[in-house]
Amino acid sequence: MTANLFLLITIGVLTACGVYLLLERVVSKMLLGILLLSNAVNLLILTMGGPDGQPPILGSAETAHEDTADPLAQAMILTAIVITMGLGAFILALAYRAYMLTTTEDVVNDPEDTHIATRREREDPEQ
Amino acid sequence: MTLSQDLLPAIVALPVLVPLLGAALTLVFGRRPRLQAMISLSALTTVLVISGLLLYLVDRDGTTAVQVGGWPTPIGITLVVDRLSAGMLLVSAFVLLLVSIYGAGQNISDGDENQPTSIYRPTYLVLTAGVSMAFLAGDLFNLFVGFEILLAASFVLLTVGATEERIRAGIAYVMVSMLSSMIFLIGIGLIYGTTGTLNFAQLALRLDAAPSGASTAGYAVLLVAFGIKAAVFPLSSWLPDSYPTAPAPVTAVFAGLLTKVGVYAIIRTNSLWFPDGTFGNILLVCGLATMVVGILGAIAQTDIRRLLSFTLISHIGYMIFGIGLATVAGLTGAVYYVAHHILVQTALFLVVGLIERQAGSVSLRRIGGLAAASPLLGVLFLVPALNLGGIPPFSGFIGKVALLEAGAEDGSVLAWVLVAGSVITSLLTLYAVARVWSKAFWRPRAEAPEGHLTAAKPPTLVEDSTYVHYEDRTDPGRMPALMVLSTVALVTAGLALTVLAGPTLGFAERAAADLHDPTVYIDAVLGTPEPR
Repeated sequence: MTANLFLLITIGVLTACGVYLLLERVVSKMLLGILLLSNAVNLLILTMGGPDGQPPILGSAETAHEDTADPLAQAMILTAIVITMGLGAFILALAYRAYMLTTTEDVVNDPEDTHIATRREREDPEQ
Repeated sequence: MTLSQDLLPAIVALPVLVPLLGAALTLVFGRRPRLQAMISLSALTTVLVISGLLLYLVDRDGTTAVQVGGWPTPIGITLVVDRLSAGMLLVSAFVLLLVSIYGAGQNISDGDENQPTSIYRPTYLVLTAGVSMAFLAGDLFNLFVGFEILLAASFVLLTVGATEERIRAGIAYVMVSMLSSMIFLIGIGLIYGTTGTLNFAQLALRLDAAPSGASTAGYAVLLVAFGIKAAVFPLSSWLPDSYPTAPAPVTAVFAGLLTKVGVYAIIRTNSLWFPDGTFGNILLVCGLATMVVGILGAIAQTDIRRLLSFTLISHIGYMIFGIGLATVAGLTGAVYYVAHHILVQTALFLVVGLIERQAGSVSLRRIGGLAAASPLLGVLFLVPALNLGGIPPFSGFIGKVALLEAGAEDGSVLAWVLVAGSVITSLLTLYAVARVWSKAFWRPRAEAPEGHLTAAKPPTLVEDSTYVHYEDRTDPGRMPALMVLSTVALVTAGLALTVLAGPTLGFAERAAADLHDPTVYIDAVLGTPEPR
């Protein structure tokens, strides 16, 4: 199996950008990160598909289909694209709702965690 | 034999199809709550009956594979039922049905406006379908799709009502889940690139033959994805932030089932692909960390829901312990513990829902005197709490002993460390639940530090409540019968696991024996062994 170097570099760049954006605290940037990451993953699956001419359903002996790409990888990518799109829309709705409620779309710390973390200072201010 | 050969292929897909059909119907009848409730309850009952039938047939005849659409095995979509998946299906169908009854009971008497039923019921059924699909999937991509179905449904259930707090928790949960799905896809890509197949059985053969570096790398990525879903220690921090904000029945189902789907995926793939325990040590270390860190987190909490979320994480460690041992005894303990933990943890979260409704808060600083106010609630909390802590006659004790024996049988240093860790975790769990008991149930409410802050009226009661106007209501009234009955049923089921410990452990052992010998699964799916 040969891999396309250009595709691999693209995957790496997309993943790096996706992870960087995902580490942000603003929901819309995180969403962009998720989308970049999902594109990287889709390209990865495409790269991982089998060589030309071996469609699993028709059988590798069929010489008439020498140019056929691996359809399984494409089917998986198609499913993944649909799922990512649907959930991406859901995240957008969440971000919009968060903006309506708080006028920011930052991911804030869990208040209960903060409460517990600062409990000792509050109850014992001298320390 | 002929009966099951005709019957099994016909009913294997039903635990996925029936809830999906029910979801469509409940969407159509979105404006008729009573009809919706009837449809969803009958769909869930059907799933329960079918799961029981599947369990009986599979336990009699062994692992069975069914080809959906009639394509031959490695090409078509395969659904596989073995003892483990049938058992998981039965327990989850039981829990889903009872929690649905509980939710119905709460809505009938409270009319909770934060929980719009027209959306809630269809989504709940979709969640059921996703869980069933994950248990039945015979290939990696179907498992992924099952996960996505249940995740998408869980996003909606977690943020239902879209209050500020739920949106905050929901965003974090959605982001972590999406990331885990991406990691899952990367794992699928790597495994597919290594072996050229996604069928579990075929993978078991080809991963064996593949270069070990490639196969372990691919599986390690998958393990991270499953670990996020199962809330195994370094990947568990999302759970206590997101689960407690959801409505009580939703939290109960999430806590009981969703993490166990991740655990199921780890059991299935690890025992099938790496039966000799390549990942044993790392699983053991993660299991130990999960147990100890989880329970230490639980001790620091003042909110009962969060405390239980941390015990949930902690006890996932026990199952990982059993899986990591990779022996029949270890897997037996893990399978039994999964069933025990689903029932007990769900029961506890339902009781917390009742506490919130009756006392107006779940903070240990604000509530007290519940044992005097409602002895029934006290018993309902105490039994599963002691069960969780592993007090001798209960199933928690039996499950833990099974795991400890498996660890001692293994005999390595790491296994003994795990045994010690399990015992300490069990004691600390007991401490955590005893703290809840002494503060929320024993202590008079006047002695609670912030007792005066508790809302006199429970927040869930709103205007369209049937008998008393919300503003006029001074106490939440009696606990609704349906809520109590479903909680009692779950607590009793936990006890039944104790009374029937012999048969259930025997079943777990047969399931574990099937798991430990991958050829059982491979032969059932592929028919004859594939030539290497």
